[in-house]
Amino acid sequence: MEIGKQIAWYRINTLWFVLLIVVSIGAAFTYAPTAQATIDAFEFKNDELRTRYQDLAAVLRCPKCQNQNIIDSDAGIAADLRQQVYRLLNEGYTDDEILDFMVARYGNFVLYEPPVNSLTYLLWYGPFVLLFLAGIVVFFLLRGNRSAAQAAQQINEDDRERLNKLLNKKSD
Amino acid sequence: MKRRLMLFIPLVIFFVMGLFLWQGLKLDPRELPSALVGKPFPTFTLSTVKDESAAITENALKGQVSLVNVWATWCVACRQEHPELVRIAQESGLKIFGLNYKDTRPEAIRWLDEYMDPYQFSLFDEDGRVGLDLGVYGAPETYIVDKDGIVRYRFVGVIDRQVWLNELLPEVNKWR
Repeated sequence: MEIGKQIAWYRINTLWFVLLIVVSIGAAFTYAPTAQATIDAFEFKNDELRTRYQDLAAVLRCPKCQNQNIIDSDAGIAADLRQQVYRLLNEGYTDDEILDFMVARYGNFVLYEPPVNSLTYLLWYGPFVLLFLAGIVVFFLLRGNRSAAQAAQQINEDDRERLNKLLNKKSD
Repeated sequence: MKRRLMLFIPLVIFFVMGLFLWQGLKLDPRELPSALVGKPFPTFTLSTVKDESAAITENALKGQVSLVNVWATWCVACRQEHPELVRIAQESGLKIFGLNYKDTRPEAIRWLDEYMDPYQFSLFDEDGRVGLDLGVYGAPETYIVDKDGIVRYRFVGVIDRQVWLNELLPEVNKWR
């Protein structure tokens, strides 16, 4: 392959790689709201309570059916927890107090977003460490490519010289 | 030479990840640690299945190591483990307290008459409020409570001979 083409090829490859990373990171931060599967006949005093109820029920995880929040789940325990959230809201509990109430009974498991503590550092910061390591690997790979490309050019010049010599000999 | 060795890094990473994932296969994601282990049994005042006018509090559980078994007549697995509970009560002399969870009284009484009653008494938790305080998410569940009323162990699922001898009995003896 011609040197210019080769370098262009590396550039396009790098571009794709960066694009891929950007898209992955973007996807990770995109929030996909879940459809509401269950409808309880709860009467709310005002819209603010209703919104708070929906927000809380969306971040609480059903202990029985572990990949659903308590809104999505039909399990009896999820209905009980919804009822409980509704009751506590009406009793004037704050959002944090309600989450604490649930954690005291069901553990951190009941939260979709686990708290940051010494047990969960790996969970929270591990991906960033991996991203950093991947960055280092990419850096060295790209540097390796560039020197390889330069080496390729070098050999070409050597060859040209040798070729010239041979040609000169012939013409003598 | 150094470059050669570098080539083995992906293989090493593969094996390390494989080891972790292989270990992960053995974990049961339904087995949740109880948030209550090491904490006092939640406070309550409940009647019992057989005595509507009783008013039992958490103090009734204190005084010895005991089992608290969450059961209900609608729970198929509870029926399955029931003979083992009867056997444990007879064999070991361990006090077993029932927590009848979201059930009806007549059905619960019929169950106890029909299948024998291994319980000192069964607390009647009709609306599941105490079950919720206890972090119950499905019957049967069994808790080991020590003499001071502290929850020491939680077992979710059917108790059979194996579970009793290998998992629960050693734990009971630890707190006895």
